Amino acid sequence: MAGFFSRKAQKRRGPPMNASKIKNMFDRRSVVIGSIQGGVGVLLAVRMGYLAIAENEKYRLESESNRVNLTLIPPRRGWILDRNGAPLASNRADFRVDVIPERLSDPEATIDEIGSLLALEEDRIADLKQEVTAARGFAPVEVASGLDYEQFAALSVRLPDMQGVVPQRGFSRFYPTASTVGHLIGYVGPASAEEYEEDRSPILITPGYKIGKDGLEKQFEQDLRGTPGARRVEVTAAGRIIRDLETRDDIQGDPVKLTIDGPLQDYAARRIGLESGSVVVMDCETGDLLCMASMPSFDPNSFSAGIGSLEYSMLREDRRVPLRNKVLQGLYPPGSTVKPMHCMAFLKAGIKPTESIVCGGGRRIGNRFFNCWSNHGVVDMGKAIYQSCDSYFYHFAQQIGFDKVAAMASDLGLGKQYPLPVQSQFYGTVPTPDWKQKKFDRAWAPFDTVNASIGQGYYLTSPLQLAVMSARLATGKRLNPRLVLDGSTNDPVSYNFQDDEIAYIRQAMSDVVNGPGTAGRGRLPFPDIKMAGKTGTAQVVSLSVSDGRSGPWKYRDHGLFTFFAPLENPRYAGAVVIEHGGGSGAAYPIARDVMTFMFDPAKGLEKLQALEKQWGGTAQQRLEKRYAAYAAERGAAVTLPPRRDEDIFDQVEAEARLAAEQVQEVGEDFVAPRPNPVASGTPPSATGTAE
Amino acid sequence: MNGIIPAPIARQPWRMLIPLFMLVAFGAAVLYSAAGGSMDPYASSHLVRFSVFLLMASIIASLPRELVKFFTYPAYITVLLLLIAVEIIGQVGGGSQRWLDLGFMVLQPSELMKPVVVVTLAFFYSTLPVGLIASWRALIIPGAMIGLPVAFVLLQPDLGTSLAIAFGGGVVMLLAGLPVKWFVGGGAVAAAAAPLLFYFGLQDYQQRRVLTMFDPEADPLGASYHIIQSKIAIGSGGIFGKGFNNGSQSHLQYLPEPHTDFVFATMAEEWGLIGGLFVLAVFSIILRWGWDVARAAQDRFSQLLAAGMVATIFFYIAVNLLMVMGFAPVVGIPLPFMSHGGSSMLTNMICIGALMMVNSWNRKAPRGGLSGTL
Repeated sequence: MAGFFSRKAQKRRGPPMNASKIKNMFDRRSVVIGSIQGGVGVLLAVRMGYLAIAENEKYRLESESNRVNLTLIPPRRGWILDRNGAPLASNRADFRVDVIPERLSDPEATIDEIGSLLALEEDRIADLKQEVTAARGFAPVEVASGLDYEQFAALSVRLPDMQGVVPQRGFSRFYPTASTVGHLIGYVGPASAEEYEEDRSPILITPGYKIGKDGLEKQFEQDLRGTPGARRVEVTAAGRIIRDLETRDDIQGDPVKLTIDGPLQDYAARRIGLESGSVVVMDCETGDLLCMASMPSFDPNSFSAGIGSLEYSMLREDRRVPLRNKVLQGLYPPGSTVKPMHCMAFLKAGIKPTESIVCGGGRRIGNRFFNCWSNHGVVDMGKAIYQSCDSYFYHFAQQIGFDKVAAMASDLGLGKQYPLPVQSQFYGTVPTPDWKQKKFDRAWAPFDTVNASIGQGYYLTSPLQLAVMSARLATGKRLNPRLVLDGSTNDPVSYNFQDDEIAYIRQAMSDVVNGPGTAGRGRLPFPDIKMAGKTGTAQVVSLSVSDGRSGPWKYRDHGLFTFFAPLENPRYAGAVVIEHGGGSGAAYPIARDVMTFMFDPAKGLEKLQALEKQWGGTAQQRLEKRYAAYAAERGAAVTLPPRRDEDIFDQVEAEARLAAEQVQEVGEDFVAPRPNPVASGTPPSATGTAE
Repeated sequence: MNGIIPAPIARQPWRMLIPLFMLVAFGAAVLYSAAGGSMDPYASSHLVRFSVFLLMASIIASLPRELVKFFTYPAYITVLLLLIAVEIIGQVGGGSQRWLDLGFMVLQPSELMKPVVVVTLAFFYSTLPVGLIASWRALIIPGAMIGLPVAFVLLQPDLGTSLAIAFGGGVVMLLAGLPVKWFVGGGAVAAAAAPLLFYFGLQDYQQRRVLTMFDPEADPLGASYHIIQSKIAIGSGGIFGKGFNNGSQSHLQYLPEPHTDFVFATMAEEWGLIGGLFVLAVFSIILRWGWDVARAAQDRFSQLLAAGMVATIFFYIAVNLLMVMGFAPVVGIPLPFMSHGGSSMLTNMICIGALMMVNSWNRKAPRGGLSGTL
């Protein structure tokens, strides 16, 4: 460098340039430039050494992560089996397509293109766009599953132009009996953003991976989940797979075996028909729940890609609340179905079965006359049960005090929750003076005893509780319901009822069906098997508002029936509740047919098929027809469902609680019984506006 | 040299040629791998071109000095006219155009301009009286000689080539003895103008490439993708590389342009630091030989001409290697003798030919003094 500057100094003094000076300058400057070049060379060598030695490990990793693509293989979900090993929820191999919103360059256009390739419905496309916009980048959105091979192939060949679209072969959840197990089993769906925040497992955001969203699918999530497989492949920058490096198979989740009898569950659900209601059947020896049908329901198969706005809207508008699991979350005044149990309380309090009263179309309690639904004349305990005489219960409940009756009710399972793997069960209410004081800050009045003695007023029970009560009463044992066949045995404690007491109650309940009772058409079509039961009619509004049978559907009486069979040695017990059925006449024929099916499936099915012909198909067929009609009518213009599935079911549960509260309002005064409680009304139209 | 080897062969500058052959052969091996283990389409044409251009270089090497001088200005004007023709055809055809289809071959005049501008400036300074070296004439006329082609190439737009032309010309001006303060002043003006040029002179994609250099991780799938992938290729090669034909970065197409601009990264992934040092060593041998030729030159014209050719080759090497190692923006300059591509091979072999020509003049001329032209 010195040469550069000394040169300047010379020049300023002005000695003439000459050839040798120029040559010198060239030499000096060329050395400088050559040195700079050499410096650049050293810099490059050092830089390369730094990259290749100091940062080798980092770049080796990055090169590997470029080269190797790890794909998780969603594990096949464990099956949910019925007690005989038949699947209630299984997996079906299918072709599916997901999109990963983050990788879509133009989501709208891509979805339109997929939509036209797969011929998706208008409303589905609208839903998809909504979902893709709302989704956080990482979570895949299911576009369609159950594609046929042609559709799958048509999409696959276009992949290079469709970044972020993931078609794949996989398994999807399949519920063979569809809507009839909807509430019981629940359904599966892709993990929500919240669920991913909680459990940052990469499997949750793998396209095609579903987790349980409701019912047993959610309860047994950890068992059913299984272990994901993995596939390591070498890929090019464009994502083309060069070769498989390693594949680890998935491990299927464990099966869960239920106590449910699949065919019975399906039968009972279908037998409910156009009504809204539930059927519970328990095994009297083990407490196994054989059937927990709640209808109408949703089709869990169609929920697996998320709940479509059209379907959601249809289900929401249905007055029969298809999203509510009525077995656990339906609360109804038990009506006369509690009478046999109340009689057991009377027996325990020392009342003899032969003690009788005179029903004069009602009875004076204290200084007020309370009506009975009919005039029964002289009534003993047996007649009080099979004729469902209200006066008898007014009298003896008042005599022994309702606290004792309530204690028996609690002991037999009312107002209780059971150790079951379910999302939520409602307690219901067994009213007592203490309870009323606490809840309403009002003293217990004689009319409260009167109401409660016949299962009205503040009394609220779920169909499951009624079934448990029925089983406990029939066997005299503290049976607990159980839902999972896990090898554990149930050894129920005896209530120490006396055999003759049990026999008496059983006989009276048999007379309800097989004798001069209120459910004469409930007889089983077998000469050697008798069913015993008790009808019930629960009024939801006072007599002044509605006669309970005609008029607005929501004011009609609930129809109830508790039962067990065979009479002599009960094996099955259960309950049927038909919402707003107009009276117990809507309920006990269903119990009769379900029990018929239990003992002779062919005979039961024959009956059902005749009925379904009138109704217009099986429950699933009717649901599909309604959906098609609804879609045609409403098009894609519907309100959107809440973004999280949890919100949907929280809302449903809140509404169920509210509905139960409203029913209790009728208890603010004496609920005058209907003249003919065993009648029934007509089933509601699904979306009618007669309310 | 002993008598067994015939004189015409013994005369050749083997000190440079043998490393050059090794480098070209090595380049062919890398291209063989870049093609997925095949001579086609890169490696074979690479070797064929080298053979053809080597022949051309030996013809250039045999040209007499006076002939070169005679054709210098006409050649400059011809290439300049070709540049203008490209620009006009490009304007008419719509969009950027860099080459001229002559029917029998595709000519990229901007490539030719690199050696031609060096020869022209060398000739101009050799005819300029020594006393005028600090005068405005020594600056303005060569400045225009460089500026015109640079402007036309910039219009194409081709930033890399225009910089190469300016660099080659600039080095000749510096070596010709122009006052250093002019370069310092020019540098200052350039530094001041750089931001303006950056915002108004560069295309959008060029701006991004420059910005990327400062923060390569900012946009891993966009503009900086090239540099990141190139660094991954070089870094993952380690000391000994992943082995011939085992480079995943190039074979799986993560590395963009694995056979042209990023051929060094392709090589480094498979041959590691050892391969990189070999390449650097060969380049320093060639450049060192070039400087020796320039210093041994007998007259001002051949001296400046040789030094300018060395500078032109150096520019290619330095910018390309700085780029693939993440020190320079992605400008699209291939690596001499290794990258697949006819134009850069042509330019570099013209430079080599010119150096061999000066080398042969040095042998013939009588020793001592700067003769003739001064």
